[in-house]
Amino acid sequence: MGMMEQLTDILLSDAGVTVIKAMIVYFAVLMTVPVMVYVERRGAGLIQDRLGPNRVGPLGLIQPFADMVKLMFKEEFVPFKANRLLYLLAPALALIPAGMTFAVIPFGTEMTIGGITIPLRAADLNVGILYIFALTSLGVYGIMMAGWSSNNKFSLMGGLRSAAQMISYELSMTLAAVGVVMAAGSLRLGDIVEAQTPFWFCVPLALGFLVFLVASFAETNRLPFDMPEAENELVGGYHTEYSSMRFASFFMAEYINMCVSAGLTVTLFLGGYRFPFQELVSNPMLLSILQVAAFVGKVAFLMWFFVWIRWTLPRFRYDQLMKLGWKVLFPLALANVFITGLLILLGVI
Amino acid sequence: MTGVDGKKREKDVLVKEFKPLTWWEKLYIPAAVSGLILTLRHLFFTKKVTVQYPEETLPIHDNFRAHQRLTVHEDGHVKCVACFMCSTACPAECIHIVAQEDPDPEVEKAPLSFEIDMLRCIYCGYCEEACPKDAIVMGPHYEFAATDRKYFDVGKEELVHKYDSDPGRKRKKK
Repeated sequence: MGMMEQLTDILLSDAGVTVIKAMIVYFAVLMTVPVMVYVERRGAGLIQDRLGPNRVGPLGLIQPFADMVKLMFKEEFVPFKANRLLYLLAPALALIPAGMTFAVIPFGTEMTIGGITIPLRAADLNVGILYIFALTSLGVYGIMMAGWSSNNKFSLMGGLRSAAQMISYELSMTLAAVGVVMAAGSLRLGDIVEAQTPFWFCVPLALGFLVFLVASFAETNRLPFDMPEAENELVGGYHTEYSSMRFASFFMAEYINMCVSAGLTVTLFLGGYRFPFQELVSNPMLLSILQVAAFVGKVAFLMWFFVWIRWTLPRFRYDQLMKLGWKVLFPLALANVFITGLLILLGVI
Repeated sequence: MTGVDGKKREKDVLVKEFKPLTWWEKLYIPAAVSGLILTLRHLFFTKKVTVQYPEETLPIHDNFRAHQRLTVHEDGHVKCVACFMCSTACPAECIHIVAQEDPDPEVEKAPLSFEIDMLRCIYCGYCEEACPKDAIVMGPHYEFAATDRKYFDVGKEELVHKYDSDPGRKRKKK
């Protein structure tokens, strides 16, 4: 057997296909970062009646790569008396869980290429939702460690706020997802997507959708809930002292978290890869391509929504944030669970 | 009590009373949605204010004071009589003049050298005001960035001829 045949054998085995798939998904998620950096900067500009960066490359499209080159050549700075180990570890701890989360999100049913049927998700975990919530909670450790180890009061405040905020909103977020799990009867994200007939879950579970959306803004530390950063009161919050690619790691983690949040919201509430009238498409290849396109389109819209909200709403005050989280969203999320139960009893879902 | 404008008025301080938010306002969602619509309108329909600077420029003000120039008589010799009024008036002390005798018997002095350190100049316009002969004027040229300090010590010849072929930025007429 020649080298080439051996190589194709490995690539076509289950493990090989999974590895390739994982690489493609990871790469796609990573590539949302430059795209979102561009969209955010141009979007901010246009919303504020400016043009935004438009010099580097056509329409300024190369700007994120110019930013990246700049960040790479910056000095790596460790503050005096910082806890060196934690300080250097924190960016990785923020970035890695963010990148791992997308693995279980399905972006299509399956695709048949050359006789091999490939399920269109990097990993088909039967406890997909639990996996995602476990990993997104890990992200807060990176931020807390960054805040603590920097030996800087602003960083510390940012880390503290981040921890409080994430714990508060995680409850509401998980409870909102419980409604979806009840309605779908499964923790597997693929089953949840398939259960969204005839309506997407955002219709019968509108309250849960709202709570989930608001909480996901808080979970990703995006405005109007960007307490941990709060650049005009905390300088830069937890990443005040960071520079170079370590700073970029936090930046990338934020955008990847946004991507994951958008993907999760789409999967749980907006029908995932399903699109209207998909039963009419008979060609399986075309169907799977359209499914991926529908998923990407929905995620792209939600990510734009994150940017759009950021340049519309002002930041909440810290006590308002806590009040909203505990006194409004948490009861609403609890109510959502009961309403979902009622809807199931009445046979609506 | 009298206000800043000199008019009498009851109170200078206006106490604005805030009404408690209505139920609809407390919902926050309608307000957020109207905000989103507002930003969307700005995104698509508002004229952008950005001026693409090196390609586009704004007209400068009528009184804009930038790079100094020395004016000349019709026969080409500088109007400056080396009276040192400008360098005396200069708060930044950036004008350095060395005087010499003028060939014209009617005129006492002329500058041998006339140097302005453009990096020290604060563009206050006092030199132009102090000059009795209208010999030094501040023109509309403000783009003279350079890569070395030596380019900012501008001598007499340069002050006369530097912008001969360049009319400078358009002034906005009042």
